[in-house]
Amino acid sequence: MIVIVDYGVGNVASVKNMLAKIGADCLITGDTAEILNATKLILPGVGAFDAAMSRLYELNLVQVLQQFAAMGKPLLGICLGAQILLHSSEEGKLEGLKLIKGKCIRFRNTNELKIPHMEWSDVKFVKNHPLSKFDDDPRFYFVHSYHMVCDDSNDILGVTNYGYEFTSAISRENIMGVQFHPEKSHRYGFRLLQNFLSL
Amino acid sequence: MRRVRVIPTLLIENQRLVKTSKFKSPNYIGDPINAVRIFNEKEVDEICILDISATRSKISPDLEYIKLLTSECFMPLSYGGGVATVDHALKLLQAGVEKIVLGKIAFSNPKLIAEIAKKVGSSAIVISIDVKKDWLGRPKVFVLNGTENTGTAPMEFAKKMEDLGAGEILLQGIDRDGMLAGYDIDLIDEIALRVGIPVIASCGAASPADFVSAIRAGASAVAAGAMFVYRGSLKGILISYPDQQILANQLYNKL
Repeated sequence: MIVIVDYGVGNVASVKNMLAKIGADCLITGDTAEILNATKLILPGVGAFDAAMSRLYELNLVQVLQQFAAMGKPLLGICLGAQILLHSSEEGKLEGLKLIKGKCIRFRNTNELKIPHMEWSDVKFVKNHPLSKFDDDPRFYFVHSYHMVCDDSNDILGVTNYGYEFTSAISRENIMGVQFHPEKSHRYGFRLLQNFLSL
Repeated sequence: MRRVRVIPTLLIENQRLVKTSKFKSPNYIGDPINAVRIFNEKEVDEICILDISATRSKISPDLEYIKLLTSECFMPLSYGGGVATVDHALKLLQAGVEKIVLGKIAFSNPKLIAEIAKKVGSSAIVISIDVKKDWLGRPKVFVLNGTENTGTAPMEFAKKMEDLGAGEILLQGIDRDGMLAGYDIDLIDEIALRVGIPVIASCGAASPADFVSAIRAGASAVAAGAMFVYRGSLKGILISYPDQQILANQLYNKL
């Protein structure tokens, strides 16, 4: 079963809606056993880095998610759910899930462009990866003030320009994260989630 | 290429889709769910749904109906109308709404903005600032569908909302609504670059050229109603939205 991790952070209804459109059943839960038994895991998230991490600690899910990741099954983080896959963020003091090496930093020097980056933007996929198969150039909906920075450039899956080029998608083995909202990005998001489900 | 959001605004009154002129005389357009479905097929950037009768009639957001709308939406959806508590905001987000639009309540109970921001984050809060000139010709913030003058200057109110934690401003020039004669550029010019949060220009757009003018004046995104539900000078009802080619040629590449 595909599980969407419910930890009270993020718009799980929209992810479920998009999966239903694809024709996939899913379970929205924060239950440890269900999460560990999942075939694939989607980790959503909106809001602040520390708020999300402290919720995961409160629910004893930090180790559970790390354990799931170690089993080699596909895990996709969305928006803040992608950021917390990294080690840390300028936004907070808590450690992330540390599944991919890197940190999140606040947008800087964007000049006249306002922060948050709240726009549809192009994503250029820089790796040949099952997640990045599209028929035409994809565009996605973004809302964020912080962006991901990978320690190892091999972990960068996609990049986007907002004032400058930043990492908008990451992947390392079975762990994937996207800064944008596939569940709110029409057929491009549909395709990306479909790609994820077919892994 | 930088894209800016082009947002259809849909007005709802008793589950009927309507379009107003200068915030008055709602004209029946059709079924909201059907309209949302068509806009979804047209791959619009975002959609803004405002229930224009909820606050006036003191009705809470109709969550079951809103769920029907969001289930057709594979793009961000903002909703306004009758939101009066933190609980309303939370329930709307759970129902699949991306952002909450607040109008009258932001004026009568500004503390609520800070409370909602703390719970759900600033990026989920849009403040509708509806502006009309008073009898001395001074722009003032109006509430309750433009019927009540708060006496507050738009800039002062915008700044206050930003400080309280609002994430965006929907800036509406009431007298331009439904007129298809362009945005109130002076109003955008006065506000947009003097607040740190994005301003969505609203009321008056008739063409992508109007979008360009609004963005050049400092708006971060553009909204339109009549342009997307009417066709021609006789205002025949037809739901439309420019395709990506038109937007690239007539908007993105002109910024």
